[in-house]
Amino acid sequence: MHADTTQSRKAAAVAAFAGLDREPGVPKPDPILVVDKVVRRFGGLTAVDVDHVEVQRGSITALIGPNGAGKTTFFNQLTGFDSADEGSWTFNGKQLKGMPAHRVARAGMVRTFQLTKALSKLTVMENMRLGAQNQLGENFFRALIPGSWRRQEDEITERAEELLERFKLAAKRDDFAGSLSGGQRKLLEMARALMVGPELVMLDEPMAGVNPALTQSLLGHVKDLREEGMTVLFVEHDMDMVRDISDWVIVMAQGAVIAEGPPDTIMSDPRVVDAYLGAHHDAPMSAEEFEEQLQEAEAELESEIEEKA
Amino acid sequence: MDWNTIFVTTVKASIGLETVVYALAAIGVNIQFGYAGLLNFGQAAFLGVAAYGMAVTVATFHLPFWLGILIGLAATIVLAFLLGIPTLRLRADYLAIVTIAAAEIVRLVFRSVQFSSVFGGSDGRQNFSGDFFAMNPYSPGTYGIGPISFNERVTWVLTVGWVLIAIACGLVYLLMKSPWGRVLKAIREDEDAVRSLGKNVFSYKMQALVLGGVIGCFGGFLFALGQASVQPDLFSTEFTFYAYTIVILGGAARVFSPVVGAAIFWVLLVFVGNTLSEAVSAGLLPSLFTVNNIGAVRFMLVGLGLMLLLIFRPQGIFGDKREIALDAR
Repeated sequence: MHADTTQSRKAAAVAAFAGLDREPGVPKPDPILVVDKVVRRFGGLTAVDVDHVEVQRGSITALIGPNGAGKTTFFNQLTGFDSADEGSWTFNGKQLKGMPAHRVARAGMVRTFQLTKALSKLTVMENMRLGAQNQLGENFFRALIPGSWRRQEDEITERAEELLERFKLAAKRDDFAGSLSGGQRKLLEMARALMVGPELVMLDEPMAGVNPALTQSLLGHVKDLREEGMTVLFVEHDMDMVRDISDWVIVMAQGAVIAEGPPDTIMSDPRVVDAYLGAHHDAPMSAEEFEEQLQEAEAELESEIEEKA
Repeated sequence: MDWNTIFVTTVKASIGLETVVYALAAIGVNIQFGYAGLLNFGQAAFLGVAAYGMAVTVATFHLPFWLGILIGLAATIVLAFLLGIPTLRLRADYLAIVTIAAAEIVRLVFRSVQFSSVFGGSDGRQNFSGDFFAMNPYSPGTYGIGPISFNERVTWVLTVGWVLIAIACGLVYLLMKSPWGRVLKAIREDEDAVRSLGKNVFSYKMQALVLGGVIGCFGGFLFALGQASVQPDLFSTEFTFYAYTIVILGGAARVFSPVVGAAIFWVLLVFVGNTLSEAVSAGLLPSLFTVNNIGAVRFMLVGLGLMLLLIFRPQGIFGDKREIALDAR
């Protein structure tokens, strides 16, 4: 039963991508996130310069690229943790540029961090409860009247307990989050993000620093998000994971999106190979290229002679 | 050695005016620093503008006492916004730099010659507490048990003070049990995580700064009323650092720690101070110690005591050792 739905959601996501072009910025049938001309410069360095990219609703999309490609900066831009110099992007048709991070999260686009941010001196349960939205007791004056928020708190606790059960953290309920292992913290962070009730989950390197024993379970949880109808966009270095769970891959290099495609063929795309290994890796020069270079050099020489004369 | 006097003054110090004032200031610091992680090094300024707001309204402009309290409160809130708006979006250290500088600016304005017609220069202001003591329900006499008793004026100030402390503690207890307090504690741990969960971090930090300032400002009113005068130098930077010492002594982020911390801090200071001066006058100490330098020795000994406390009980009196252990990871 469960396997069937997994197959169908996966199949639906894959079907949506069938026959799509491999060009960067290719339009998707039903995009949840549309990014246009986002630029971020740090002094003279252009960290992000994305012309156009779309993320398909209900899919697991991977964002890969060599170190320093601007993946995390791009992530920060989209989620309001850093401001973009130019460009615009819409989430469910809603303009997000200039929106502060907390309002982006409320809109349904929730992120996790590369360096896990478990709130150490809060218990696992308190971490979870914090994720719930529209809490009455978070208003200063209502907070003083426990009766006004107690019922909502019980509902939140119940929802949190279900999630903790699913993420196998129920036994750690009353422990400080700071006492969890690296992998458990990743799980907690993901579960906490789900408490927000997101439509798009943005995972920044979900596998970084995770004990290999936990990797499979984390992968399973990411796939579950798609089964529940959420969209996932994640940054990752581990190509095995990308091949295993993603439906579509977007490749960034030097701040720009250079290629897109399905995970099984993307790594053989020449643009991606160039980006990872450099453009002049050991491929032999073709006859045309040789001819072209020769002509360029001759033309240069001639122009120099003319200048002197 | 007059052990009786030492005993009586020490017990009186545990509930006296200083303890009340510092407890209220420290409850404010505990909200800002203990729960929300805000480094407000200008708590003295919050008490100062409140005390002066009230004193100047009554003594300089001859307006009613209650209007003075309102103006003192308003001045505190305005100060919190002035300090918070530019700094609370930045990293934590900026608030610390700005508040410590602002506290000195406030104190120097109060004692400046330029404004002495309003603030009274370094002499400060007097003659503003009449209406407060007119409300005193205690008839003239002394109240207390045996030698540990206060006259009717001090009893009135202490009654109001301890009622305010009780209210403040109740407020902190309710708030920190609630989801509001949870957001505050989460901000102390990691702002960005809280932002990513859809909470307006700036607004919560502002609320904490204002609340801590307002609770502290009642300490400022009591300080002024209890002494029936205000001077600028009461609100120097040491005041803020004593308040921090008290919070850390009691254990940060615990409801009663500022109150117990304040009592212990003043009991220690008074006990050590009185014992030393009695010992000097009885000729029990080497001639190196005189009446003139005994005040400094008192602070050295109290400082030593606090160091030992931090070494052997870093979590403070009420703190949880497990929390300190988490920091070491």
